[in-house]
Amino acid sequence: MIGVPLREGADIDGFRAAVRMLAARKAPPDSVSWCPAGESDLFGEAPVETAPPVGLPRALGELIRLVVCHSERERYALLYAAIWRVLNGERALLEIQSDPLVHRLETMAKSVRRDLHKMHAFVRFRETHDPDGTERFVAWFEPQHFIVEATAGFFVERFRSLVWSILTPVGSLHWDRANLTVGPPAQRCDAPEPDAFEEAWRCYYENVFNPARLNPRAMRQHMPEKYWRNLPEATSIAGLVQQAPARAREMMAREVAERQKRDPLKAVAAMAEQGPQTLEELNRLIAASEPLTPGANRAVLGEGPMEPDVAFVGEQPGDQEEREGRPFIGPAGQLFDKALAEAGIDRRRVYVTNAVKHFKYEPRGKKRLHKRPNPGEVKRYRWWLQRELSFVRPKLIVAMGGTALLGLTGKPHSVLKVRGPIELDGRAGYATVHPSYLLRLADEPAKREAYDAFRDDLVAVRRLIAANG
Amino acid sequence: MDEKLTTKLRILSDAAKYDASCASSGAPKRAAGLDGIGSTSNGICHAYTPDGRCVSLLKILLTNYCLFDCAYCINRRSSNVERARFTVDEVVSLTLNFYKRNYIEGLFLSSGIIRNPDHTMEQMVLVAKKLRREHGFAGYIHLKTIPEANPWLIEQAGLFADRLSINIELPSPDSLARFAPEKSTKSITGAMGQMKERIDEAKEDRRKFSPAGQSTQVIVGADATTDATLLQTSAVLYKDYALRRVYYSAFSPIPEPSAVLPLKAPPLQRENRLYQADWLLRFYGFSTDEVASAGQDGMLALDIDPKSAWALQNRDRFPLDVNTADREMLLRVPGLGVRSVDRIIAARRHARLRLADIGRLARSVKRLLPFLVTADYRPTKVADRLEIRSTLAEAPVQASLF
Repeated sequence: MIGVPLREGADIDGFRAAVRMLAARKAPPDSVSWCPAGESDLFGEAPVETAPPVGLPRALGELIRLVVCHSERERYALLYAAIWRVLNGERALLEIQSDPLVHRLETMAKSVRRDLHKMHAFVRFRETHDPDGTERFVAWFEPQHFIVEATAGFFVERFRSLVWSILTPVGSLHWDRANLTVGPPAQRCDAPEPDAFEEAWRCYYENVFNPARLNPRAMRQHMPEKYWRNLPEATSIAGLVQQAPARAREMMAREVAERQKRDPLKAVAAMAEQGPQTLEELNRLIAASEPLTPGANRAVLGEGPMEPDVAFVGEQPGDQEEREGRPFIGPAGQLFDKALAEAGIDRRRVYVTNAVKHFKYEPRGKKRLHKRPNPGEVKRYRWWLQRELSFVRPKLIVAMGGTALLGLTGKPHSVLKVRGPIELDGRAGYATVHPSYLLRLADEPAKREAYDAFRDDLVAVRRLIAANG
Repeated sequence: MDEKLTTKLRILSDAAKYDASCASSGAPKRAAGLDGIGSTSNGICHAYTPDGRCVSLLKILLTNYCLFDCAYCINRRSSNVERARFTVDEVVSLTLNFYKRNYIEGLFLSSGIIRNPDHTMEQMVLVAKKLRREHGFAGYIHLKTIPEANPWLIEQAGLFADRLSINIELPSPDSLARFAPEKSTKSITGAMGQMKERIDEAKEDRRKFSPAGQSTQVIVGADATTDATLLQTSAVLYKDYALRRVYYSAFSPIPEPSAVLPLKAPPLQRENRLYQADWLLRFYGFSTDEVASAGQDGMLALDIDPKSAWALQNRDRFPLDVNTADREMLLRVPGLGVRSVDRIIAARRHARLRLADIGRLARSVKRLLPFLVTADYRPTKVADRLEIRSTLAEAPVQASLF
């Protein structure tokens, strides 16, 4: 007989070392006596020796991690019996959950999993202060299995920025915002006094309960009574259950009450006028909103006179536009100004804006490289653009580039295919390229040709304005 | 906590309890660092109230003042209920303080309509924004979206919330017009469509927009809609708007009843059957027609669950041999869940299953007896056994929501 001494609680390290040693010795399960702490060993100590790791299926490793936490004395013997079978020809043992041993281990793992889950759920911290004034959150909890250390990761991750302690009868955890310490068992009387929010929590608990749906059986199934003594809200349960039938009867018996004084007719009428009523209101709202494309610092709003002959809609502000907070002042804006002048359109009499109000870019060293907004992003800005144009009321809208067309119509169009007069959401419009397209062309003759075509478009726009006006 | 705030909490949590949803799962895995607080989980229920419902989130209204007059709602403008209103900072502080004590997974914020839908929605977005930006809150946030608000507010809400939801409340446009005069089916489905579009787009370019998706709630028993119609509505919602969940809420009598609604106990059993049927549609490969055909006049049976009802109508398909039957058919056996079926399929690759094995693979073998054949067991033909319905009927229990 080989006696294996193990530490009290969930001794995963001791068990792992023992399994390696036993596997190396090819020791069958019935030749091993497992001795969790405090129990005398009748068969003599196992020699301390190191052995190579044992290769086990991943699912079995997971099962072991859970089952060692179980409070059942036999847990190590059962696990080793399963490991022995897996190592001796039954590699797929865990797939056969109808096997009595596997079934038993799975049931134990399930119970541990449930206990872990309930500890995550039912730990209740109370705010206290250390002698040095540090704010500390302290909880008292009584787990069913040896799971205290296994839950530490969850609480550290969730409450990393707090100083906290969890006290239990089988050990304690302490976190100081940097280090986790596992301490000795604590007693119920070490638990702190209720804090200021416990009353509020109980108040909340009582009021989310609907007496017309009383079902204490379902409650007990999920929140067994053994947990109640450490749950501050549980003191309300008896009263709620007792009063529920009367409260529900009373609700159902209640006559339809005559409406009292409250009848906010004016407010109901005023409700219809929601949303920005002027361009200034809309602009304030856009400026205050989170960018809907990532990275942007501020919104660049449209500019120009109200009820202009024409409004030009571009893609999105660029680097320079965002820095200065004005549209069409960068390289593409300058080219646009030049073409506008050559076409004989007075820049001061047109309104300019963008389909997307924020600068989307990719940082490349110190530079911010323009990144085209994707269709989803353009559509997010569409409502703002529509509102803006409904306030500005231009006689003609010129969409410059595919993004502008998408923002104005909600549908993708190829600029080169629809170039020329086009209806935009029921308004008179004209489609042309974006001036930045001209800047991107590498070939000089092509660039000149494209510029001429763009200027010709603007001349056509001027003629349309003249015809309209 | 001061008394005034406690009073507000009492009124505004009482006012929020008729919303069934409390899920806190589905959010992307994340945890705050030392400058924030919180993490996401697979959904933890921190407490259960005596109605068997879980408490996972701080579910409150920003205010229960409301300009709308929806007959089924306790907060409608014509109700005499006591009113209160939280400030944005009060909700933020309450959420953080509850969270620090491990009472909750996060916040589920809803609101009555004050001033106008836009203003209300803006205030709700502000709560979420403050929690995320000023306090580094990494817990769960669910915002009840107001479909009458302007679309740009949904865009803003999606940047901060894990889940957005819009309640369709009543399954037909007629009922909605009758009971909720300020609402319209068009604005509800419009806003749902917008949310689906944004969620899809965000997924495509790996951005976050309401990453836990959207859900809705429909009230059962306030109008004459049949179960079949309800399930068809749900099927459309799941398909067209990619909803994560449709919650069915048995119409509950409210303390300030409206004259247009009948007063009666909430049809809890019917609600339970609808959830079971909903599950069959989503996870068990049943069609709406199959589920509906097992009931009568478009209503599900109340005495037995919809899967048993279907099995009894299709007795010729049973018993099934557990050692050979398809997964698809095993899923149709009353009493076998998805996990049991998967375990059976894994185990039978290695051994011929006997009745005792099934006892270890399924939750209860008694219910299964009439429907299964094992290596050592064969039932008398299902078709011959008329008393089977009574053995399948369970003591009525209410569904537990999560």
